[in-house]
Amino acid sequence: MGEADDLLAVNELNAWYGESHVLHGVTFAVRPGEVVTLLGRNGVGKTTTLKAIMGIIENRSGSVAFEGNELIRLSSDAIARSGIAFCPEERGIFATLDVKENLLLPRRVRAGGLGLDRIFALFPNIRERLASQGTKLSGGEQQMLAIGRILRTGARLLLLDEPTEGLAPVIVQQIGRTIGALKAQGFTILLVEQNFQFAATVADRYYVMEHGRIVDHFAAADLKANTGKLHEYLGV
Amino acid sequence: MFEIFGIPSQALFGQLLLGLINGSFYALLSLGLAVIFGMLHIINFAHGAQYMMGAFAAYLMLQYLGIGYWTALLIAPILIGATGIIVERLFLQHLRGLDPLYGLLLTFGLALVIEGLFRNNFGSSGLPYQVPETLRGGRNLGFMFLPNYRAWVIVLSLAVCLLTWFAIERTRLGSYLRAATENPVLMRAFGINVPRMVTLTYGFGVGLAALAGVMAAPIYNVSPQMGSDLIIVVFAVVVIGGMGSIMGAIVTGFALGIIEGLTKVFFPEASNTVIFVIMAVVLLIRPAGLFGRHA
Repeated sequence: MGEADDLLAVNELNAWYGESHVLHGVTFAVRPGEVVTLLGRNGVGKTTTLKAIMGIIENRSGSVAFEGNELIRLSSDAIARSGIAFCPEERGIFATLDVKENLLLPRRVRAGGLGLDRIFALFPNIRERLASQGTKLSGGEQQMLAIGRILRTGARLLLLDEPTEGLAPVIVQQIGRTIGALKAQGFTILLVEQNFQFAATVADRYYVMEHGRIVDHFAAADLKANTGKLHEYLGV
Repeated sequence: MFEIFGIPSQALFGQLLLGLINGSFYALLSLGLAVIFGMLHIINFAHGAQYMMGAFAAYLMLQYLGIGYWTALLIAPILIGATGIIVERLFLQHLRGLDPLYGLLLTFGLALVIEGLFRNNFGSSGLPYQVPETLRGGRNLGFMFLPNYRAWVIVLSLAVCLLTWFAIERTRLGSYLRAATENPVLMRAFGINVPRMVTLTYGFGVGLAALAGVMAAPIYNVSPQMGSDLIIVVFAVVVIGGMGSIMGAIVTGFALGIIEGLTKVFFPEASNTVIFVIMAVVLLIRPAGLFGRHA
């Protein structure tokens, strides 16, 4: 862990919600261009890990290094400006903004973000709905908007929290293809998923979480050999 | 001279004008309160004191620096807005996440302190402030006499209100403001420095109050209690319009000024209470206010 070529290196990350200690020393790494998935049952700390990396949970300790720079003491907005973008589980589409305003909302943090044309090429539905109120979109369209808007920013590391939750299979497939396309364009993606079937189609490596810790780790190639163990972890 | 409903036109339109003038100030002040409440969830009880400070800033600049009305109109809001920024940094930022009651108490106490200081230094009798030369006099419209300065106040207030509405509801910057009001946590995760936006928003709201104060100086006397006289009515306006609604604050401000003015003509005894009666009725029928969104 913590090799020099890691894009993101999380070390002994602890986090608290008020009095309650939720993350107990999470350690893992993501290399440039990888799609890495955090797996685990409900409530093991996957979402919390993303929020702690992002600084949304401020009460945290340990180390989060992005491109070699320590982020643990930075505020959430400074972390975003360092080049990490976050797509929350609840999607976070703003009801008081129309679709276009939602799309243009996240701040550009670097050069090299996708132009609107390329975002529309990935998500053609969004182009048709630009003037609609953000929350008038269907669940699938909202998820596309939530992913689409962070592609503009120039951030090269995307944290996606359960992007397939509650969506129809055809939309899940579209999001899977999108993740593949983003990877091909050089994005690095840290994914949180309950839907293991989906994760298996897109991820290069997996980390398994239990009780606020990483308990296992394997590459996509070793997936078959670990299927039995995984079913036990995930309780499926 | 002619009569409408047995009322001389001069009296009717005179009171209508007075209502529009009051409405101009209600609208500007409740707009500032709405902007501040939307972003900070603070009921800014110091708003009246900040309006008074705006008037005093204009008065003092003229007395001691020879700076006239037009320059004061620009500088006083910036100056008083800056004091608002200091107040937010020193006090209000520490109240974030607490019960709104704390913000209300703090700003209420602040208003008392500010008013006390001004009363101590300037006494409580009003100080005169001249109407700027270019706006003296007026014109006879046939059915009534319209003083130029009052016409200017109505036009400027309308323009500032509509411009503010446009900036918040129709521009890129405004979309940031709306988004930060709706979900400040996610806005920060999008790289936007929300605490700084909050500070600037408070400064802007306070600046609006100060602008109203400068505009009011030539009409009412400049006095330490000019804010507290007005602010109670403005809070009633805000309750009627609904907290946090920009257009609601503007429309309700002007409408209630006019209703108050007309009441003076048709039923003078009720003119001081009509706004509070309307407030009570609105609270019974629509507790979130006429334009308010249900929480």
